[in-house]
Amino acid sequence: MSTYPWAAGYIDDGDRPKVVTSRFHLEDGYMLERYHATGGYDGLKAVLKKSPTEVHDEVKTATVLGRGGAGFPAGTKWGLMPAGKFPRYLVVNGDESEPGTYKDRLLMERDPHQLVEGCLIAAYAAGLSQVFLYIRGEMPLAHERVANALNEAYAAGYVGKNILGTKFSVDIVLHWGAGAYVVGEETALIESLEGKRGEPRLKPPFFPAAVGLYGQPTIVNNVETLSNLPWLAINGTAAYTAIGTATSPGTRMVAVSGHVNRPGVYEIINGTTTFRDLLYGEEFCQGIRNGNELKAFVPGGGSAPWFTPEQLDLPFEGRLVGAAGSMLGSGAIMVMDHTTDIPKAALTLTHFYAAESCGQCTPCREGGTWLERVLQRVVDGRGTRADLDQMFEIGESICPGNFPHAASSKLGLEAAPFPYKMTTICFVGPSAYAPVHSALTLFRDEFEAKIVERKHIPVSVGVVDDHH
Amino acid sequence: MSRLNEANVMLAKEIIGRYPKARSATIPLLHLSQQQNGYITDDAIAHIAELVGATSAEVLGTCTFYEMFKMVPVGKYLVNICGTMSCQLLGADELMHHAEQTLGVKAGGTTSDGLFTLEHAECQAACTEAPNMQVNYRHCHRMTTTNFDKLIDDLRAGRLEGEIPVHGTLARVRQQIPADKAAGVASPDAPVVPAWMPEAAQ
Ligand SMILES: Cc1cc2nc3c(=O)[nH]c(=O)nc-3n(C[C@H](O)[C@H](O)[C@H](O)COP(=O)(O)O)c2cc1C
Ligand code: SF4
Repeated sequence: MSTYPWAAGYIDDGDRPKVVTSRFHLEDGYMLERYHATGGYDGLKAVLKKSPTEVHDEVKTATVLGRGGAGFPAGTKWGLMPAGKFPRYLVVNGDESEPGTYKDRLLMERDPHQLVEGCLIAAYAAGLSQVFLYIRGEMPLAHERVANALNEAYAAGYVGKNILGTKFSVDIVLHWGAGAYVVGEETALIESLEGKRGEPRLKPPFFPAAVGLYGQPTIVNNVETLSNLPWLAINGTAAYTAIGTATSPGTRMVAVSGHVNRPGVYEIINGTTTFRDLLYGEEFCQGIRNGNELKAFVPGGGSAPWFTPEQLDLPFEGRLVGAAGSMLGSGAIMVMDHTTDIPKAALTLTHFYAAESCGQCTPCREGGTWLERVLQRVVDGRGTRADLDQMFEIGESICPGNFPHAASSKLGLEAAPFPYKMTTICFVGPSAYAPVHSALTLFRDEFEAKIVERKHIPVSVGVVDDHH
Repeated sequence: MSRLNEANVMLAKEIIGRYPKARSATIPLLHLSQQQNGYITDDAIAHIAELVGATSAEVLGTCTFYEMFKMVPVGKYLVNICGTMSCQLLGADELMHHAEQTLGVKAGGTTSDGLFTLEHAECQAACTEAPNMQVNYRHCHRMTTTNFDKLIDDLRAGRLEGEIPVHGTLARVRQQIPADKAAGVASPDAPVVPAWMPEAAQ
């Protein structure tokens, strides 16, 4: 087992293939010299010997799933751009800010050349004329590392005009954000890159592949997604699909945080690794802290409905997790042991999404804040029974109909699968509701325990205003 | 007062030149301005608007959307304590309470010596290392009350000036695109088929 002071959180244990973290053990893995010495830019060289169509087909065949949240295959996405319309752009999503998510920052800090090479391969294959690498503002070290890598790569002739003496020419422009979670949503990212407020656009018509940056076809891909491409280019599709399963090939970086013995960032085998492996396995988190009981876990970032020990044997496979009532999202698992105050944990997340609402949609702007206020007074011991039902009613205005949740044999509940209906432009509104819905559905008794009966308040005015 | 100085105007023009549309440089220029002055002034907004060809209202609208831009002066060190789930599960509330006691200000406040501004922050992409905080956006992992106190002492004594620059300084390494190596901007107004694509041969 190894950890490295320069890659805080990354745990290198067990004998698994490393597709994207192979240089994390090297202190100078971010420098061009070390990158060269470890096969760096060989993928680009291999790719430049093939036609763009061949390279695109390889990425399609390999089924490189998007690692940013939605899990859409990159090769398929690149194929959605209208034929013959140029220029097309690549916008790299390095805005990592979904609660619990910690991997893209490591990839940018530890192996920026791998990301740069991934961008070049994507640009070559999909005919993208300019790349904008959007890094979250609150990550100065990632900026410095990527800026340095780009400066080195320009000097060495890997980026810019006539790359390695070919007809392939593309600039990669480092861009930086300034603190707004919603900007991670791809259409908001584009608005932000146009110099505007980061407000998501309506889809349709604004599917980035069709109408993106400056109205042009635009591919938005996550940092980890693109970081897979150099390995794929060197080792080939067969080697890539030999890892994981047919529907979820390759590896994935996941961050497991919260009440486990060994929280960490791990590169795991996609599709087969189960949540039990991750939480209890010797190679991974080695169980719940202090020998405590597991109460619940969030399987895919703060937006994901919660699981309980009953879902531990599910593998890291998008469709199965979706059918079980949640999502894999951004590879962020947050673990709660039996000492956790569930309503308070839900409040933390709901507060996050309410605070990060861009305010365009009434159900998100008003609903999120309202949910937070009601939940806050329940947590503070000032809530009423009517408040609990009211939270479902508010949620219903954001997501009408069945909201996904996990099965519970204890409660006699069957799973409600993904997806859900929504009245908002993007997923921030539903995300404010997800933790409340999960917590109330699976742990209602804990909310009721916080209700202090107040005989003098008639039920009709059961909604006690915060000012009283 | 507070317009970009001459050197920064040069830099601003270089940055603007990398984008097909100048307005895209708004956020980078706001950062540049914050680096110069420590916060964003009305004059800076007007100047940036001139540079990117937008109205002051448009630049102000962008500016106020993003948390990192401060419209009033803040301390030399911005202390951001993460309160999102992973950190909250492992003691973020206690850390914030301790920080408020130690610094003698509530979250949102600035110490009277102008050294520290304390803020509640959201997920800092370091969740396995909870509880986390940042000083001028530099990560500090696995915080305890003891190492918080030591950090504050070190900052007060100027022992960390090399590692943690003053508020406003984002990255100390900047991208440089040498003119002779640049592929050039891909403007939507002058569409060109990429030379390496099969369509270019037709
Ligand atoms: C509210 C919201 C926030 C998001 N934040 C991020 C993010 O920080 N990073 C990211 O890569 N994707 C994020 N996404 C997903 C992006 O919209 C987009 O699907 C993704 O960047 C596409 O890249 P991929 O196909 O390579 O995964 C977010 C989505 C939503 C709705
Ligand atoms: S759902 Fe919320 S964050 Fe998303 S566009 Fe609507 S108001 Fe903005």
